[in-house]
Amino acid sequence: MLTLTQDLYDKIVAHARADHPDEACGVVAGPAGSDRPERFVPMLNAARSPTFYEFDSQDLLRLYREMDDRDEEPVIIYHSHTATEAYPSRTDLTYANEPGAHYVLVSTADTDGAGPFQFRSFRIVAGEVTEEDVRVVDAY
Amino acid sequence: MAIEVRIPTILRTYTDGQKAVAGSGATIGALFEDLESRHPGIRERLVDDSGELRRFVNVYVNDEDVRFLAGLGTELGDGDNVTILPAVAGGAA
Repeated sequence: MLTLTQDLYDKIVAHARADHPDEACGVVAGPAGSDRPERFVPMLNAARSPTFYEFDSQDLLRLYREMDDRDEEPVIIYHSHTATEAYPSRTDLTYANEPGAHYVLVSTADTDGAGPFQFRSFRIVAGEVTEEDVRVVDAY
Repeated sequence: MAIEVRIPTILRTYTDGQKAVAGSGATIGALFEDLESRHPGIRERLVDDSGELRRFVNVYVNDEDVRFLAGLGTELGDGDNVTILPAVAGGAA
C-alpha cells in the first residue's frame, strides 16, 4: 500500500493537470528505507510528448546526487497518461528500474472527455505489475 | 588507473550490493570490459548486441553524459568518476 499526504497527492495531480496534454513526471523522495514520501520533486519531461516521458539526463544526475547526499531514495516515481487509463504500459514496464519505488500513474483523460480521472499506484518488479491501495492522510 | 564507478540500485545484484566499485580502462568501453571481468553479466545490461550503449542507460564521466562526448569511446583519466543511471522513462505509447 502507498500512504501519502493530501498535500503531496494534490501536488502530483496539479502537475499532471498543468502539463496536460503532455505527460508530466516526477519523484517524491523520502528517507532511505522509510517508505515515506516527503520531498516533492517535479521533473521536466524532456520528451515533451503526450505519449512518452523521460527525465532530462542532467536533471536525472542532479536528482540522484541530491538524493544520495540526503540519504534519500525515490519513494514515488509518478507520471501521467493523458488519453488512456492510469495503468502501466509495456513501455512503462520496460523502463521501470526502481523495484523499491511506488509507481504512481495519474490519468488526465477526463480533461478531453476521453476517460475518467484516475490516481493509481503500482509496484513494478522485474516486469511484473502489482496494483496497490492508495491511502491519503493529512500527515504522517 | 583507478576509476570510481557508481552503480545504480537495479545493478547492485552484480556488485554484491555495493553502491560504488573501482575499475580501470582507458575508455568507457574498456572500463565496462573490466567491470565484466569481476561482475559477470553487468556489461550486457549496459551495452546492446550491436556494441552500442543501451538507449535507456545513462553514463556520466564526472558530470558529463557520455552521449554528448564520445559514447563508449569516451576517454578516461585517473581519478575520473563514472556514474551509471538507468533513464527514468515510460509513457502511454
